Amino acid sequence: MATPVITTTTIPPAERLRAEGVSLAYDDRLVSTDLTLRIPDGSFTVIVGPNACGKSTALRALARMLAPTTGSVLLDGKAISSLPAKQVARTLGLLPQSSVVPDGITVRDLVGRGRYPHQGFLRAWSAADEAAVQHALAATAVADLEHRFVDELSGGQRQRVWLAMVLAQETELLLLDEPTTFLDITHQYEVLDLCAELREHAGRTLVAVLHDLNQAARYATHLVAMKDGQIVAEGPPADVVTPELVRAVFGLEALVIPDPATGTPMVVAHGRAERSK
Amino acid sequence: MPSAEAARRGSVPRSPRVRRVWAALAALGVAITIVSLGTGDHAITPVEVVRTLLGGGTPADAFIVETLRLPRVLCALLVGGALGASGAVFQTLTHNPLGSPDVIGFTWGAAAGAVLQIAVLGGGAFAVSGSAIAGGLVTAMAVYGLSLGHGPTGARLILIGIGISALLAAVVTFLLARVDLNSAQAARLWLTGSLNGRGWEFAVPMMVALAVLLPALALLARPLTMLELGDDAARALGVPVDRARAALIVVAVGLCGCATAAAGPVPFVALAAPQLARRLTRASGPGLIAATLMGAVLLAAADLSAQRLLPTGGLPVGVMTGALGGAYLIWHLRHEWRRL
Repeated sequence: MATPVITTTTIPPAERLRAEGVSLAYDDRLVSTDLTLRIPDGSFTVIVGPNACGKSTALRALARMLAPTTGSVLLDGKAISSLPAKQVARTLGLLPQSSVVPDGITVRDLVGRGRYPHQGFLRAWSAADEAAVQHALAATAVADLEHRFVDELSGGQRQRVWLAMVLAQETELLLLDEPTTFLDITHQYEVLDLCAELREHAGRTLVAVLHDLNQAARYATHLVAMKDGQIVAEGPPADVVTPELVRAVFGLEALVIPDPATGTPMVVAHGRAERSK
Repeated sequence: MPSAEAARRGSVPRSPRVRRVWAALAALGVAITIVSLGTGDHAITPVEVVRTLLGGGTPADAFIVETLRLPRVLCALLVGGALGASGAVFQTLTHNPLGSPDVIGFTWGAAAGAVLQIAVLGGGAFAVSGSAIAGGLVTAMAVYGLSLGHGPTGARLILIGIGISALLAAVVTFLLARVDLNSAQAARLWLTGSLNGRGWEFAVPMMVALAVLLPALALLARPLTMLELGDDAARALGVPVDRARAALIVVAVGLCGCATAAAGPVPFVALAAPQLARRLTRASGPGLIAATLMGAVLLAAADLSAQRLLPTGGLPVGVMTGALGGAYLIWHLRHEWRRL
C-alpha cells in the first residue's frame, strides 16, 4: 500500500468526508434537500431512521453512487465527482446493499478483486496485493474458506466475504449500506464487532446504515437520526437517543434505559405492554 | 510473506489450467486448419499442406491451398473468434448465460439490414455486408437506449432484445414474402449463415477489423471483470461504469457486426462458445481469450464437417451450428435453468 505523505505543517481537516448542502433525487422523486452531513474522522458513524427516510440515499451520495442535484460531496476538501474514480477508490470503500456473485468464483478470487484500484493495466499481482488479501481474509474469519466457491456459502459467510473484498481495498474510509440485513443475529454482532475493531485498532473511519436502533446506539460513536430526508439529531448516542427523539423520528412510544451489557442507551418499546395495561 | 505458489494463484494471474486450455484450443485450431486445407476434392497430405503454406509445394497445391481453401478457413476462425468474444462480453454485461448477441436481437437487426439490401435494394456482396453492420448497430442502439433506466440492466436488455428480435423477424418475413423467388432464395441462404465461396476479399477485411477490435477489447477486459460484480460494486472499486459499459457494447457489437457481415447470422456460436470455454477453464471472470479461441475452433470445426459430412458437400455452416447449438441450448436449460 502506498503510504500517504503526511506533512506536519498542515492540520488535517476534522471531516475528510462531507456532504455540503446536497439535494438528492431519483429521477423526479426528491429525497433530500439542502442536506449537510459531516463524517467525523476516526468515528463509527451510524445513520438510523424509518424506512424511506433517505438514509441509504445519503450514504450512496457520500459513496459517489448518486450525484447530488445541488451542493457537493467533498473528500479531503475536493468535490468527489471531480476526482479520478480509481483515486477515490483507494481512499473510500463501499459495501453496497446488493452485489452480484459471479459464476464459479472462489472466495479468494472475489476478495482479490478488491485490489483493482491499486492495479494498473499491466501490473501483475504484487506482494502488497497478496498481503492485503490475506489480511482481509483473516480479519473477516474466512481464511479457511479461501478456496471454496462463493455461491456455496451461507448468507452470513457471504456477507463476510464481501466485507473482506472491501477490506482488501485498504481504504481509510469505509461505507456500509445495511451490512447486517439478511444476517442472523450472531452474524449481525460479528459484523458489528469487526467494524468496531477496524475503527479502534486500524484507525479507520466507518459509516453504516443500520435498521436496529439498539445496535446503532451500542456501536456508534456518532449517531445520525434522519426523517423525511433531513437530519433530526446527531451526536454521541448517549445524547441523541431519548424517548422524545424516538417518538419524533420513528413515531414510537418507548422507554430509554441503560443497556445492561454496555451502559449505552437502549430503547424498549411500549408496544403491547401499553395496550395490556 | 506470500509464497510464489500463493502469488500465482492470485485473482489477476491466471491458473495453469486456464493456460493449458488456451494451448489446447490453439492446437486444435491449427489441426482443424490443416485438415481443412488438405481435404476435399483434391486431397493433400498434412506435410504437403505445411510445406505449401511455407512457400514450397507445387503450383497446383499452392492455388488450391492458398486461393481456394485458406481464406475460407481463416474466415471461419476469425468469424468464430469474433462471435465468441462478443458473446463473452454480452453474457458478462447482462449477468446471464443467455445474453448473447443472437438472443439480444443484434443478429436479427443485421439480418433485417442484409435482407433489405438483397431483396429490395439489390446491392452486391459488400453492400449486403455494409447493410448488415448498419442494421446490427441501429438495433444495438435501440435495444440499449430502451433498456436504460435504473435497476438491473441485464434482464431488461435481454427482454427488450427478444421483443425487438420478434419485430425484426416479422419485418424479414414480410420482405421475403414480397420479393421475387430468386432474391428470396439468395436472402434465405444468407440468413442461414454460410462460408461458401468466401475468398480473400472477405478474409482480409475481417483480419483488419479484428486487429483493431481485439486490442480494444483487451484494454477493456479488466473493467469488464469488475462489472461482473454489479454496477455499485464496480463503481465503488473505481470503474467508470457507464463509460466502460458503453465502450464494451460498441466493441462487442462491432465484433458481432463484422462476423455477421462476413458469414451471415451464424447461430449459437456466440451463445455457446463462452459457456463451453468456462466449463473447461473452470475460472471466474469473462474469459475473453478462451471464449475467442473456443468460438474460432467451434466454427472452423462446424464448417469443416458441413463441407465434408454430405457427399454432395456445401451444406451452409449455419445449419451445423444451428443443430449443434439448439441441442446445447436444450441441454443447458435442462441442467442449469435455476441460474438463468
